[in-house]
Amino acid sequence: MSSTPRTLFDKIWDSHVVQRLPDGTCVLYIDRHLVHEVTSPQAFEGLRMAGRPVRRPDCTIAVADHNIPTVGSRVPSDIKEQDSRIQVETLEKNVKEFGVPYIPILDVRQGIVHIIGPELGVSLPGMTIVCGDSHTSTHGALGALAFGIGTSEVEHVLATQTLLQKPAKNMQIDVTGTLGFGCSAKDVVLAIIGKIGTGGGTGHVIEYTGDTIRALDMAGRMTVSNMSIEAGARAGLIAPDETTFAYVKGREFAPKGEAYEQAVAYWRSLPSDAGATYDATVRLTTAEIAPMVTWGTTPGAVVPITGAVPDPTEIDDPGLREQAQRMVDYMGLAPGQKLEGVPIDVVFIGSCTNGRIEDIRAAAAVAKGRKVADGVQALVVPGSGLVKRQAEQEGLDRILLEAGFEWREPCCSMCLGMNPDKLTPGQRCASTSNRNFEGRQGPNGRTHLVSPSMAAAAAVTGRLADVRQLG
Amino acid sequence: MDKFTTLTGIAAPLPMANVDTDKIIPARFLKTIKRSGLGVHLFDSLRYRKDGSENPDFVLNRPPYREAQVLIAHENFGCGSSREHAPWALLDFGIRCVIAPDFADIFFNNSFKNGILPIRLPRAVCDQLMEDTKLGGNARITVDLERQVVVRPNGEEIAFEIDPFRKHLLLNGLDDIGQTLQHAPKIDSYEATRRAEMPWIPATTG
Ligand code: SF4
Repeated sequence: MSSTPRTLFDKIWDSHVVQRLPDGTCVLYIDRHLVHEVTSPQAFEGLRMAGRPVRRPDCTIAVADHNIPTVGSRVPSDIKEQDSRIQVETLEKNVKEFGVPYIPILDVRQGIVHIIGPELGVSLPGMTIVCGDSHTSTHGALGALAFGIGTSEVEHVLATQTLLQKPAKNMQIDVTGTLGFGCSAKDVVLAIIGKIGTGGGTGHVIEYTGDTIRALDMAGRMTVSNMSIEAGARAGLIAPDETTFAYVKGREFAPKGEAYEQAVAYWRSLPSDAGATYDATVRLTTAEIAPMVTWGTTPGAVVPITGAVPDPTEIDDPGLREQAQRMVDYMGLAPGQKLEGVPIDVVFIGSCTNGRIEDIRAAAAVAKGRKVADGVQALVVPGSGLVKRQAEQEGLDRILLEAGFEWREPCCSMCLGMNPDKLTPGQRCASTSNRNFEGRQGPNGRTHLVSPSMAAAAAVTGRLADVRQLG
Repeated sequence: MDKFTTLTGIAAPLPMANVDTDKIIPARFLKTIKRSGLGVHLFDSLRYRKDGSENPDFVLNRPPYREAQVLIAHENFGCGSSREHAPWALLDFGIRCVIAPDFADIFFNNSFKNGILPIRLPRAVCDQLMEDTKLGGNARITVDLERQVVVRPNGEEIAFEIDPFRKHLLLNGLDDIGQTLQHAPKIDSYEATRRAEMPWIPATTG
């Protein structure tokens, strides 16, 4: 082996190259393929037309998440929207025909694909993990190379268990310092995107380093890695450490006993070598991180809650000025307006960014003993059935229900509004999801991305509020 | 994927430049679970009138072009979004070859992935071929990929260029997957090594 110091990305990449083609493209081996109902139908159809089997069903797992209702019957044939029902039923038919392991909707383990991968121990350090979904970057929090792929590539992985890929560049984002009161992983990643911009990571895989990242629990690391794609990066990575090993231990599909020890020994070899170089490095300190809130329609349009909407006329670049003006208009805000105090209509707590038990605990801590403000609809959608069950065992559902929140069944829900949970035109939402694009949560809906505790603070005050003021 | 060797069929003229993927297949038909069946929506806005009936003036609604296997167009064919639904729709209609002065990059690549041969020929030649199509049912042209020629109805041969690697894939009916499967022995041995070195990697089959 060469003695050149390598990054975590380099090590995972090198260990998965099956064949390097003359033009530098690699046949890259894929350890885990997560499949959901929206991007897989044409891939299975392609296999059927070509008479090809799924090469490694034992490396594949499927679940339906995007289209599932969060209330009422969750039997697929009862889904009212025809497009949604057909996508779910098609997945169920395909997994049966091709022998792919599947987690049924009524199974307690069902949930958002990026929540359940780590939760079930399907996603492990050092692996290559793909899914026909851009937020596959979430799994990078375990120290796995995880990225989203298109439908042709889904078919390619199903048929060959490999992808044709060229290596990405390495970017390091180093965050140091202790997070202040009221700040969470969501604020860290929003601050990062605010700093480097939504195209800042293009062409790169980001490795997050520094004591702030090391101090995060796995849920927080997943929140950070999840939004790597929002910075334009192909994937995010966090080196596996004791926190990771403890998290993986005992999970359903994770190695057990002797196998677990062998695995940990290997995982310890993964972190970037001393002296490994990155193509780019960005440094942040926690002094730059406060509870954050987006004001525009890209995740990079973000300020601390104490901040104000920027004045587009003060922007020199004509293109950026026009974009800022369009965002201010769409969001129904005024230049210079303080974000704190902006009235909201809806609160959404959930998604693959913030739908884990830790996120629900954070929301419940703020909600406890308080009431959702009049006229505000506040939704809590656990990321999986296991998260929901855990929360109920801890009594978090009762705290939230007493405060006037709605307690729903697991699904992507209002993150993208493919199921009936949508904003109506003009509604303003404080959301723990990851995208605030125009119409993302419903046509002409307005999204402010925030952390779970900030979302709960918005629910109980009826406004964008500084959670630190609630004590 | 079907092999592409020699094709003899009806060619339809579409004397338009910048035919974008939205024209080829509008966005509203993307919420589908199939890649087949999109042929009825091919060129939807050109092919159908507001009330849903066929527009009799549109070339693909007229005999003999309803049976067209070759499409001849002007510059920058296939520009716009990266949707693979565009080649899927063409293929489902029966088009296996598009001839134009040039193509948008992504569409050009997506075509090969789906077994469609895009041929670049100078504008004057495209116009000449469009003239040929007016011979109606006699407007059969032949596309011979092996010899890299388009044969006009009068027997004249026009040479075209193609990347040798892509030619190889089409002639052998290899899509990206077929191509990768040629490395199957390498994948097998990679898997065997990995199983030996990392026996702890668990299966998802429980
Ligand atoms: S929760 Fe949202 S971002 Fe995550 S997979 Fe579902 S739709 Fe995509």
